[in-house]
Amino acid sequence: MEKMQQVVGRARAAFNSGRCRSLEFRMQQLKALERMVQEKEKEILAAIKADLHKCGHNAYSHEILGVLGELALAMEKLPSWAAPQPVKKNLLTMRDEAYINPEPLGVVLIIGAWNYPFVLVMQPLIGAIAAGNAVVVKPSEISENTARLMADLLPQYLDRELYPVVTGGVPETTELLTQRFDHILYTGNSTVGKIVMAAAAKHLTPVTLELGGKSPCYIDKDCDLAVACRRITWGKYMNCGQTCIAPDYILCEPSIQSKVVENIKATLQEFYGEDVKSSPDYERIVNKRHFRRILGLLEGQKIAHGGETDEASCFIAPTILTDVSPESKVMEEEIFGPVLPILTVKSVDEAIEFINGREKPLALYVFSNNKKLIKRVISETSSGGVTGNDVIMHFFLSTLPFGGVGNSGMGAYHGKHSFETFSHRRACLIKDLKMEGTNKLRYPPGSQKKVDWAKFFLLKRFNKGRIALVVLALLGIVAAVVAKMVYC
Amino acid sequence: MHQPLEPPGQQPPGYGKCIPVGSDGGKAAGFSAGSGGSGGSGKGPVICSPVCGNPYAGLVSHLRATWLSGKTRPMEYRVAQLEALGRFLDEKKQDILEATALDMGKPSFEAYFTEILLCKNELNDTLNNLCHWMKDEHVDKNLVTQLDSAFIRKDPYGVVLIIAPWNYPIHLFLVPLIGAIAAGNCVVVKPSETTKNTERLVAEMLTCYLDNDCFAVVTAGVQETTRLLENKFDYIFFTGSPSVGRIVMTAAAKHLTPVTLELGGKNPCYVSDTCDVQNVARRVAWGRFFNAGQTCIAPDYVLCSVEMQEKLMPALREAITEFFGSNPRESPDFGRIVGDKQFRRIRALLCSGRVAIGGQTDEKERYIAPTVLADVLPSDPAMQEEIFGPILPIVVVANMDEAIDFINARPRPLAIYAFSCDSKVVNQVLERTSSGGFCGNDTLMHVTLTSLPFGGIGNSGLGKYHGKFTFDTFTHHRGCLHRNMGLEALNALRYPPYSQQKLGLLTATFEIKRKGMCTLL
Repeated sequence: MEKMQQVVGRARAAFNSGRCRSLEFRMQQLKALERMVQEKEKEILAAIKADLHKCGHNAYSHEILGVLGELALAMEKLPSWAAPQPVKKNLLTMRDEAYINPEPLGVVLIIGAWNYPFVLVMQPLIGAIAAGNAVVVKPSEISENTARLMADLLPQYLDRELYPVVTGGVPETTELLTQRFDHILYTGNSTVGKIVMAAAAKHLTPVTLELGGKSPCYIDKDCDLAVACRRITWGKYMNCGQTCIAPDYILCEPSIQSKVVENIKATLQEFYGEDVKSSPDYERIVNKRHFRRILGLLEGQKIAHGGETDEASCFIAPTILTDVSPESKVMEEEIFGPVLPILTVKSVDEAIEFINGREKPLALYVFSNNKKLIKRVISETSSGGVTGNDVIMHFFLSTLPFGGVGNSGMGAYHGKHSFETFSHRRACLIKDLKMEGTNKLRYPPGSQKKVDWAKFFLLKRFNKGRIALVVLALLGIVAAVVAKMVYC
Repeated sequence: MHQPLEPPGQQPPGYGKCIPVGSDGGKAAGFSAGSGGSGGSGKGPVICSPVCGNPYAGLVSHLRATWLSGKTRPMEYRVAQLEALGRFLDEKKQDILEATALDMGKPSFEAYFTEILLCKNELNDTLNNLCHWMKDEHVDKNLVTQLDSAFIRKDPYGVVLIIAPWNYPIHLFLVPLIGAIAAGNCVVVKPSETTKNTERLVAEMLTCYLDNDCFAVVTAGVQETTRLLENKFDYIFFTGSPSVGRIVMTAAAKHLTPVTLELGGKNPCYVSDTCDVQNVARRVAWGRFFNAGQTCIAPDYVLCSVEMQEKLMPALREAITEFFGSNPRESPDFGRIVGDKQFRRIRALLCSGRVAIGGQTDEKERYIAPTVLADVLPSDPAMQEEIFGPILPIVVVANMDEAIDFINARPRPLAIYAFSCDSKVVNQVLERTSSGGFCGNDTLMHVTLTSLPFGGIGNSGLGKYHGKFTFDTFTHHRGCLHRNMGLEALNALRYPPYSQQKLGLLTATFEIKRKGMCTLL
């Protein structure tokens, strides 16, 4: 398909023109994005509502708030992020200029996901623009209203050649991936993540893969269950469970399982009222295919709460499953729906072993009044990120890198981490053409003396404190001499 | 089935003849996870016949089991292993110099400088700073998380693979290994099979210094390395050619394994008309002819005006004589080409432009004289591939702008060099080009500073290392937020049922306000 080649080719020519290098240009584009979010807020919320049945308040706090925050941060910090960073020098390079120069990578590709269709395109886009790149944006075709809106809006506010939006499904994305990019950021599932990385490998393109997995949530019996369950309920059922960092399943001791169920039920009542289906704050499953997939996970399970579904509206009620077996279907794949399995474990040791026996998740949650226990769970497991005594919240702190590890992904972004992801940190050493004397030490012919000098220059570690004392002493002597000269 | 590591067509430098598994010495199936070492309840070498489905599965799972046991986590353990590496460098110094001399005629000063000294430099830097690097990095918090603990935890990845090339056979596995150990991983090291003596030294001796439960050396040719790459690693660090880099990354993609690829390319060296010709000649000659040109960051070709070419020629001749005497073949300070295949490949590049200095070769010794080619055309053989040999082509350009256009029309290299007494010229070349790294008015030296990241961009690689960057490469930076169980009232703002009022308050707590201009002044 010639079209992809043309779009990417135009973006590359636009990048090579150099116009997106200047900080002023980047700021201008970021400011335009900010205006777009503020002016078109209604349209954005409407598109998200059409795609996910998400009410305005929810959409605003999940998608728009974060984007405005990232824009403000990027615009404030861009000058300092983009400035060359001087580095510590050694004796050999003392007279030279040594620094790391952050530079754009070139033309980057951002592939968005459908579950938070706006923010998952916008946040990377902000970082990529801030870092001075041209960006090809490919929103998910599953959230078609938001995709269409972005294809409409971005060209109205941003430079059209530098930041094109490409729409389409699998065939278009496959074609897009044959083009050469200088970085690809993909948000989605592990299966497609592998395909993206394999395609990137052909061009030696670095990738950031924001994937998923089953994020475990361990509830210690020593904890305020009412609070813990309220927080878990919020994180699990927001966006109808379609959140990459939702607590996927719960691990707890059998003695507290029924209390956990009670507390979650009570919270669900508080949040959505008696009739969840009629609550404006509860979303729907994005499409029939996912609806049927999640329905399939309920087969043969003990439903402690919920389980009601309605295919016509893709409604699945907030559901809790108890005494779930680790081998069951619901424990084989990321649920990505409002179904919360509870598995019982005898102790935190068993929970840690259980977690470590599976693929590394994107997020890990642990609830306990015992700080030591939380620290232990963090130290003895691996995951993209962690929130202790809450869920989801590490996502909202942009100073924390957000990304996965192992099957849940590679690379990270948010805040400054986005800027760094989309930058090349170029090592720069600028020497003098004079002072050839010291260089003679390294030139052939070799000799033992040269070896000894090389050792001195490279390996000598100076105690800074001692140097300061020596310098002070020298200054003292100089001062004394001067004083003597002046007053005698 | 399995895609062979060797790409069709040109065999990339670094992969020699295939060695059938188990044929080398008395080693079992090419592993060196055997006797001696600093303890550990190791299960000993895994013996596997060549027809096995996955000959390295046992080794990898053994290392993974050890990693899961947490053995590599404590700082004391990592420090002990790193100190053992230091002892390896000290005690086996002579063996290393001899092995590299045998493998490729490496001059002992060069070998000492790159294989021992620079490695010790990295080791010291790591040992001095490990405690600090390992610590949780506390981050700035927003209003909502003010009372929480927010930090970046430095987690090891798990079991990592380091594949090294032959040109600096100790340095290029040891420096990544330092970072991998410092970061708390278990490591499989695959040294290059092209430099046989060094490979044997590493396989036999390194394991006497390191804990065999956590660190293994695998000797493998092309086919075995392909099998090795079928296993799941938690990180792969590869140094070599771009074509093999693609194969490694494709294999890594099957397991979603993150990679660092230190590749190569043609590193341009621009020499402006205003410069101290003799100093330039010395620095360029030193960088080009070091290790007989077999350096990934060597200045690959010179771009200069026709006048500067005239001036450079006698200066280069003088520098070469200063360094290697009138007959470099007899100088103990000039190396040899690593193998017959590479020798023949480089020799074929001599028919580019005209030979202005050197040009002599001796196939038996794999000697190629320090050579400078003048008036080389972009279409000449020497300009079609990374030279990786002691040949310096000079390509004439009209001016700096033409030089910059020439550079930008080609794949981004690992390094760019620019020489000028006018710092504006140096800065122009820097700003208007893109490369892994850059050195103004010298060659190679930017990689000796451990505070500078070393890595490529585009075809020359992805990722970076040296100093703390190596530690960071092998570390998963895990964002952690440890919240309070109390103060639940504050969370009420985020819970349904939603209302405009809640949204307003939420916006106030989350949103980062743009700082306005200070109008007091």
